[in-house]
Amino acid sequence: MRRPGAIWRELVKNLRRKPATVLYPAERLEIPENFRGRPVFNPATCIGCMMCVRDCPAKAVKIEKVGEKKFSCTFYLDRCIYCGQCSDSCVKKSITMSHEFELACFDRSTLVDTKKEDAQAAK
Amino acid sequence: MNENVILPIGPQHPLLKEPMHFKFTIDGERIVDADIRLGYNHRGIEKACEARTYTQDLYMIERICGICSHTHATNFVQAVEEIMKAEIPSRAKYLRVVVAELERIHSHLLWLGVAGHEIGFDTLFMLSWRDREIVQDLLEIITGNRVNYGMNTIGGVRKDMSKEEISQCLAGLKTLEEQTLYFANVAQNETTFIRRVDGVGILPKDIAISHGAVGPTARGSGVDLDIRRDAPYAAYGEIPFQVITSDRGDVLGRTLVRVGETLEAIKIVRYCLEHLPEGPIVVKLPRKVQVGEAVTRYEAPRGECIHYVRANGSEKPDRVKVRAPTMANLVSIRHCLINQQIADIPIIVAAIDPCISCTDRTAVILKQDGSHKTEVIDWATLRKRAIYKKPLK
Repeated sequence: MRRPGAIWRELVKNLRRKPATVLYPAERLEIPENFRGRPVFNPATCIGCMMCVRDCPAKAVKIEKVGEKKFSCTFYLDRCIYCGQCSDSCVKKSITMSHEFELACFDRSTLVDTKKEDAQAAK
Repeated sequence: MNENVILPIGPQHPLLKEPMHFKFTIDGERIVDADIRLGYNHRGIEKACEARTYTQDLYMIERICGICSHTHATNFVQAVEEIMKAEIPSRAKYLRVVVAELERIHSHLLWLGVAGHEIGFDTLFMLSWRDREIVQDLLEIITGNRVNYGMNTIGGVRKDMSKEEISQCLAGLKTLEEQTLYFANVAQNETTFIRRVDGVGILPKDIAISHGAVGPTARGSGVDLDIRRDAPYAAYGEIPFQVITSDRGDVLGRTLVRVGETLEAIKIVRYCLEHLPEGPIVVKLPRKVQVGEAVTRYEAPRGECIHYVRANGSEKPDRVKVRAPTMANLVSIRHCLINQQIADIPIIVAAIDPCISCTDRTAVILKQDGSHKTEVIDWATLRKRAIYKKPLK
């Protein structure tokens, strides 16, 4: 039957419903397990195979040799598209995707993230 | 006054979500003729694909469209797998279907909201977009992202689904089905909506066939056409589902098809999750693709999407070509617009669910005398004219 007001059900429900949105940043939604945030590099396990550099679609990873079997990694987070291909390509799982997503900033140069081997671990 | 007035709309206009140019010849409030021009959103993705490896292309192709990103990625991957003559695990095929159907649900709910907005029924817009969040959350749980899921890889999928995720998904689908049934009731019974779209933008069946309409546009005109059934890809050959058609041919017909398809998609996802085969999700394939070419078809939320890939034996493709569903549907839109009112332009254009960023592949500019104003330039010249003078290091 065609009648006006077939939409009434949700309208009535909405009268007593809380807002669908949350008051970010005071209130936060749960981040799912598979979420791809800022990539994290672990220099201890990197073998310098450069697979991440070859596969990165945005050319946002740079691996440099800093010593005997020691590598530093630079993420250009301004170019990174957070696809997580580097962590998939990494044979030693040296790159993992964290859940950190609040990366907005005013200065683009602060988004270049270099990680060398820990100073203490090197000694 | 017998002279017809030409009303130009676009490329930038509040009516349009994306740049597109319309030239309407109008007689009073009636549209006499319509002319559509594309080419304002050309991004050169096909050319850029030739300069990247297959793995990198996956993410490039995925970013052709923000709404049907899984469509393009799956289509491309299927073409590459066909060239390699690789058989992917059946669990990967089912997972591809799960994401594809969830994408269809979110695309159709988004469209329903846009349609409501275009006819001034903003309540529907708010409600359907609120409930679309349920499916967006499900996609985020499964793939890790709300858009540009990054689910596909050459030889399978990247993310497996755990038992918990499956139960979360099934719970989400239950709420979603309830809400979609409510929207189906609204689309079928709400007079505010029906009176506005009934008999608007009629596309008869013969015109839909002769003008090559695809997807819900064609099915809304009674053309029984669905690539999922006619040329099954992924796991669609094993899944029972119905193809929804409507004989109405107007915007209401297309709405009913889309709402029906959303309900059908929920059933498909539920079937897939309940019958998910065990096993690996990916097979290892070589980085180099042997010489060959392939064409694949895929039923995107908007219609049939075609990808062509030619491989030359190296790590990079020789040619990638995309024919998005909007390209096919734009041809028939002129017929829908003729003899309609100016006020109906927004809903008729929105009824094919146009995605211009999918569609724009090339722009041919004509000179005043009608000859082509095109030139063939090589990479060096292109690089000179680029914003980034050197390749990114």
